[in-house]
Amino acid sequence: MLDSKIPEGPLADKWTKYKDDIQLVNPANKRSIDVIVIGTGLAGSSAAASLAEMGYNVKALCFQDSPRRAHSIAAQGGINAAKNYQNDGDSVHRLFYDTVKGGDYRSREANVHRLAEVSTNIIDQCVAQGVPFAREYGGLLDNRSFGGVQVSRTFYAKGQTGQQLLLGAYSALSRQISKGKVDMLTRHEMMDVVMLDGKCRGIIARNLVTGELERHAAHAVVLATGGYGNVFFLSTNAMGSNVSAAWKAHKKGAHMANPCFTQIHPTCIPVSGEHQSKLTLMSESLRNDGRIWVPAKKEDADAIRNGTKKALEIAEADRDYYLERRYPAFGNLVPRDVASRAAKERCDAGFGVNKTGEAVFLDFASAINRYGKTEASIRGLSEPSTEEIVTLGKEVVKAKYGNLFDMYKQIAADNPYETPMKIYPAVHYTMGGLWVDYNLMTSVSGLYATGESNFSDHGANRLGASALMQGLADGYFVLPYTIGDYLANDIRTGAISSDSAEFEAAEKAVQERIDHLINNKGSKPVDDFHRRLGRIMWNECGMSRNEAGLKKAIVEIRALREEFWKDVRVPGNATSYNPELDKAGRVADFLEQGELMCMDALAREESCGGHFREEHQTPDGEALRDDENFAFVSAWEFVGDPSESKMIKEDLVFENIELKQRSYK
Amino acid sequence: MNLTLKVWRQDGPEATGHMDTHALGGVSPDMSFLEMMDMLNDQIIRAGEEPVAFDHDCREGICGMCSMFINGEAHGPGRGVTTCQLHMRSFNDGDTIAIEPWRAQAFPVIKDLTVDRSAFDRVIQAGGYISVNTSGNTIDANAIPVPKEQADDAFSAATCIGCGACVASCKNASAMLFVSAKVSQFALLPQGQPERESRVQRMVEQMDKEGFGNCTNTGACAVECPKGIDLSNIARMNRDFMSATVKSKK
Ligand SMILES: Cc1cc2nc3c(=O)[nH]c(=O)nc-3n(C[C@H](O)[C@H](O)[C@H](O)COP(=O)(O)OP(=O)(O)OC[C@H]3O[C@@H](n4cnc5c(N)ncnc54)[C@H](O)[C@@H]3O)c2cc1C
Ligand code: SF4
Ligand code: FES
Repeated sequence: MLDSKIPEGPLADKWTKYKDDIQLVNPANKRSIDVIVIGTGLAGSSAAASLAEMGYNVKALCFQDSPRRAHSIAAQGGINAAKNYQNDGDSVHRLFYDTVKGGDYRSREANVHRLAEVSTNIIDQCVAQGVPFAREYGGLLDNRSFGGVQVSRTFYAKGQTGQQLLLGAYSALSRQISKGKVDMLTRHEMMDVVMLDGKCRGIIARNLVTGELERHAAHAVVLATGGYGNVFFLSTNAMGSNVSAAWKAHKKGAHMANPCFTQIHPTCIPVSGEHQSKLTLMSESLRNDGRIWVPAKKEDADAIRNGTKKALEIAEADRDYYLERRYPAFGNLVPRDVASRAAKERCDAGFGVNKTGEAVFLDFASAINRYGKTEASIRGLSEPSTEEIVTLGKEVVKAKYGNLFDMYKQIAADNPYETPMKIYPAVHYTMGGLWVDYNLMTSVSGLYATGESNFSDHGANRLGASALMQGLADGYFVLPYTIGDYLANDIRTGAISSDSAEFEAAEKAVQERIDHLINNKGSKPVDDFHRRLGRIMWNECGMSRNEAGLKKAIVEIRALREEFWKDVRVPGNATSYNPELDKAGRVADFLEQGELMCMDALAREESCGGHFREEHQTPDGEALRDDENFAFVSAWEFVGDPSESKMIKEDLVFENIELKQRSYK
Repeated sequence: MNLTLKVWRQDGPEATGHMDTHALGGVSPDMSFLEMMDMLNDQIIRAGEEPVAFDHDCREGICGMCSMFINGEAHGPGRGVTTCQLHMRSFNDGDTIAIEPWRAQAFPVIKDLTVDRSAFDRVIQAGGYISVNTSGNTIDANAIPVPKEQADDAFSAATCIGCGACVASCKNASAMLFVSAKVSQFALLPQGQPERESRVQRMVEQMDKEGFGNCTNTGACAVECPKGIDLSNIARMNRDFMSATVKSKK
């Protein structure tokens, strides 16, 4: 049985009451307690800094050369908080409601409510740390809107919000490193967790520069290792993002929850060719001002694809602003899963606008015009010419999205100020992840998971600007409390030794796997397998899924996994810096995780959020949930072989929100 | 496109390095520079050799990990772009391209094109923060208005990605642009005032300790900086440093 440990009492009081009731560790005792934090993204840096401030001895690891380079750095659009600075009716309850609804009613009420509650502290905290959020002329903080909601609650720093927030957390972490309270190990990868007497008591790590294996013991271990979108090979994640740490934990007893819940983001730069190594996001914030369309007539779409017509030559009346047409209430700001499926539907029907037929337009012409007019009026220009309006409008758009437009120009070699961008959905985020209880503890005692690496807050679809919120909420404000309740039992334990048979065995197993990879001397590079896995996942476990496809994928992945172990070639040795070896280990884990994702998708015979089973849709093609049979979290237990994993259900109870079909019409 | 690549190979920090030459065909102009490097490595691995080690992660110009010195320029010929954002359309069929690591005493080579930039982290640890605890019990975020222009300037300084191109481009291997960007971000915000003087002193001291060179105002750093960090930040840091030094001597 899974115990989610949700506190009793009314929803809005649970967290406050919980904090009043938990055991505390006194400052002197904290000094004798060691905690390891894996990962230095928003979730990890904030946790490591906070735990160190509280007095624990912290060790933090990241595989990059600096904690500041964690993948969180790439987040663009913004971070949500229920501050209601815009006075548009926002509140903790509304943020809670939007998140549960946006997640298509597959998340836990209590966790989401806590997230909404602490959201406001995050903004105060970040401003105090010197995070330069965007401001209005009056000097107060500015907000923008994101998809799936009708208020403006997103705080941002141009298109670089993740960077600014991470640098804030990194500075807090740096302060603790300088005090000697955090031992920061960069270019280190966690290879396994170590269990002593049923508790997680440390890890085996590998120094990526020297290749040496290291044992690190601690009273508790926190995984803040990010998402696993790279199982698809092509995604908007950084190249190094991986599932390995979470997967190793899974194999030692931590359940993997809702692994099939993947977010496919509607606005990314389309694939340009076989050589593609990753995909680039164009922030959701662009949908505030950009309008999405395809030609209404097939012949126009054909003409655009073969280069005889340009977007600008399609008359207004011949454009199909399909989101505005299908979802008049939310228009271009429908949630991501809805927008992505709608783009796929149009492209599958033959209206795509690039060579491959897999692209739609994101057009800023109306925004440029609208802003230009406002700006002209602010500047007191009477009867401005069209050109003046356009010039002024472009300036406004540039101030808002300049870096995104530059990025687009650089990659697509096209000027989005003049012609519409071309975009297509791409893998972006994984709602699934390690199962955690209300305390953020996994099903392994003493092993915690935070940020994108856990499954907790976003149900079957995450709303924009909510991952940054969750990462910082977990690390700054939730975990530092909840972990104390566990560590309070360890004040008399004393230092954990890494000189035990358990550490020995774990290290040996890691070494053997590395040796196997190095000595295999097969014929194909790691990427070859990764690309093939990605193709299977994208085709069968991507934007839409069906029973036959998923069954086929499972068979193919098993075969690919077998081939990998027989035929992969990892050059070089294991005793020096060898990025190919690091990659091989990660792809080996993806080859197992991919199968579990397909198994989960197969078992969930309903459509919800990002999980769209073709067999379960409404007559107008919307996701059809089955609350009677599937209002649960599927937590998978590893039992020796990925193909034999067992599903355990955590029933979701909704006491404060009425389950409805999600409608954005 | 067909290219000739001359690539720096060095087994480890102590090893002596050399340039290796590779011919690479079938390169598409739509590829990013790093995708071209992936293609080269695929060719090398299939031939049974060791691939070229290079740092990279986000591949969208924000993590600051990629770091190649291409044809004598940090991050190559483009302006305002990192190596990962450079596209092969910036080169011509038949070109010879020389690819080297950042070279600076404070950035020792780890392997091939990978260098150790941990000196930057240590400079930040010396004082590149505002000393506030993460309890969340601070004042309301809107309690102190910050004039938009000032906030925008702080933001511009804060966009530094810590890549080290400034150091690699400077004939003295000075880190002034990097350090001044962080100093400026906080110097421009009200929250940064209490520690303004001690911060600049501690960071500059650490910078010197790490073995970065002096600034002789040649400005090569700002030309190659992918984020357009402005030289005026260096001037601001110099002023702050002077005034802090004068005060602390009193
Ligand atoms: C392009 C892009 C834009 C986005 N924009 C937004 C946005 O605007 N708003 C929003 O809310 N969300 C956004 N997101 C999502 C959000 O950025 C991420 O979900 C979030 O940053 C994840 O943070 P994290 O701390 O959980 O993990 P990460 O930032 O991914 O950090 C993972 C850390 O774990 C370390 N690590 C991983 N494995 C190991 C291992 N085995 N050993 C040692 N260390 C390891 C890494 O080194 C790294 O430090 C965006 C995502 C992408 C891809
Ligand atoms: S100042 Fe510019 S070149 Fe130097 S580290 Fe920062 S971003 Fe890179
Ligand atoms: S790889 Fe991140 S900036 Fe180039």
